[in-house]
Amino acid sequence: MTQARNYPLGDPILEVSNISLRFGGVKAITDTSFKVLAHEIRAIIGPNGAGKSSLLNCINGVYKPQEGSIAFKGQVLDRISPNIVARKGISRTFQNLALFKRMSVLDNILVGRQLHMAANFLEVACQLPRARREERENRARCEEIVEFLEIGDIRHTPVAKLPYGLQKKVELGRALATEADVLLLDEPMAGMNVEEKREMCRFILKVNDEIGTTMVLIEHDMGVVMDISDNVVVLDYGKVIAEGPPAEVRSNQAVIDAYLGVAID
Amino acid sequence: MSDKPIFMTFARSDVTNFVVLMIVAFAVIPLTVGSDYWYTSILIPWLCLALAAIGQQIVMGYTGQLALGAAGFMAAGAFACFNLELRVPGLPFAGSLLLSGVIAAAFGVLFGLPSLRVRGIYLMVATLASQFFIIWMIDKFGWFKNYDTSGIITAQDIEIFGRPFTSPVEMYLVVAVVVIVLTIPAINLTRGAVGRSWMAVRDMDIAAESMGISLLRTKLLAFAISAFYCGVAGALFAFTYLKSLEPVAFDIKLSFEILFMVILGGLGTINGAFIGAAFILLFPVVLNSLGNTYFHGMIDATIMSAIEQVVFGALIILFLIYEPLGMSKLWTNLRQRMFSRKRAGDARALRKPAG
Ligand SMILES: Nc1ncnc2c1ncn2[C@@H]1O[C@H](COP(=O)(O)OP(=O)(O)O)[C@@H](O)[C@H]1O
Ligand SMILES: [Mg+2]
Repeated sequence: MTQARNYPLGDPILEVSNISLRFGGVKAITDTSFKVLAHEIRAIIGPNGAGKSSLLNCINGVYKPQEGSIAFKGQVLDRISPNIVARKGISRTFQNLALFKRMSVLDNILVGRQLHMAANFLEVACQLPRARREERENRARCEEIVEFLEIGDIRHTPVAKLPYGLQKKVELGRALATEADVLLLDEPMAGMNVEEKREMCRFILKVNDEIGTTMVLIEHDMGVVMDISDNVVVLDYGKVIAEGPPAEVRSNQAVIDAYLGVAID
Repeated sequence: MSDKPIFMTFARSDVTNFVVLMIVAFAVIPLTVGSDYWYTSILIPWLCLALAAIGQQIVMGYTGQLALGAAGFMAAGAFACFNLELRVPGLPFAGSLLLSGVIAAAFGVLFGLPSLRVRGIYLMVATLASQFFIIWMIDKFGWFKNYDTSGIITAQDIEIFGRPFTSPVEMYLVVAVVVIVLTIPAINLTRGAVGRSWMAVRDMDIAAESMGISLLRTKLLAFAISAFYCGVAGALFAFTYLKSLEPVAFDIKLSFEILFMVILGGLGTINGAFIGAAFILLFPVVLNSLGNTYFHGMIDATIMSAIEQVVFGALIILFLIYEPLGMSKLWTNLRQRMFSRKRAGDARALRKPAG
């Protein structure tokens, strides 16, 4: 990434300050802080159970941390539910696919447009002009996303019938449809082969480059992390043990120890 | 019914379906069906129950909330209509129907509240409360029955623009108009943004919420609209089929029947509501006449009704396991097979460049 970016890194857009999250006796996250810059691609890595998913869940309001605060664009997101966080501009994908199984690919992605649609139920029921216009415009928008992700030929297929890799793509599409400023991607490439991973990386980089979306992604493949991220946060036992550019983090002794001495390739 | 939105293209099949439907409902049936039996015992209850099944479909088939209590909302609608007709002079029948639906919708919101906390079988039990509460309320406060002591109140005659609609054909026409007029917005809702938010909540509520959908608003809207449809259906049911108002007509058994209509008809389809209602209504009739023709009354009526229930139970289990989309899906498959050659032709025509 040497050439000039359309969207150079900006000020912090997401600030996680001293959050702690417990489930009964289990400490999932302990006093964790870090900042994500606008337009950045930030990777979160760490062993299984380190608290990575819990962290994303705290950011978008699925979990409520017992301590600490999370600020988005300088405004504290205090104990608010995921739908409000989404409307403020944070969208996400899930580690274990969370698609709307009985709905088609296009309808899944259209749900991502829901927060851009204002017509109320009476307008929809009677097909008043605003409802029709919104439906038309948002469908067109979703068709663009479908084209971009190269899934046009399956747009009417119910997602439950699709192979895993394609479902992951649809989930990315649904998150993209929200046009959020920040996307939280929980292991978007898990279970994919090299080819699929490369494709996914291409999409992520392209979105980041073309519309400047900030990405926070959890990823295990260090090759991928080295390739696409600007900065990395390393979690272990719910704590940040290292943070910085990928090359720096890779040679950090604490990180190597956390991975039980296994050299990170 | 295709999942093509009616408003994007007014898909040609939608328009033809609609025209055929109108011709059948308002020309073929009134001109060819002469016997009152068909109107009073089959067509009228079928359409009323199908409307209630649309309500059940919205909350259960589309939004995935296992609610049981459609008959309670029907009772609310029926008694609301009775009181509106009684106490609001000059209110047209259409207005009474609409307001009955709105009143039932208010109950829907109230008894939809538990859905924000519990789901599945617990929600089913919680929504059953609506059934018992509404019936209890009507029985308890004499005002609702206009202090009638006989237990059964006669429904007022339907009058539209000063003209009474009391013969079976006339009442059938009233019911058909109301049901068609209300089915179209139901289709629009389920195919549009509102339906997508319902189905998103049904399929994966956490993801729906993360996409900006408020679970509270979406679920309560589903309960409200569901109860609206049940309320109007209940009013029609009382005024055109029962021609009387008695709370026992809206007991838990009716709620279960409406639930079964939706399961057998096909969860998450509007035509499933009509198919399911027809099946539940006609099945006992057909079974009875079969019994009579082949066994000449050798089978006892109680045994007959036992057989009926066993077959019902078995069908419901079979559909839940093998075809959750119900008879509506079987019907679609059949139609696809019948018209597959024609469809292939259509597809070829579509691929040709326009102009
Ligand atoms: N909903 C939950 N209830 C109880 N414990 C949980 C829950 N979610 C996560 N945990 C626990 O929190 C810890 C961190 O989990 P998670 O955030 O999923 O880790 P990672 O994504 O890094 O693999 C684990 O010990 C896990 O068991
Ligand atoms: Mg995880």
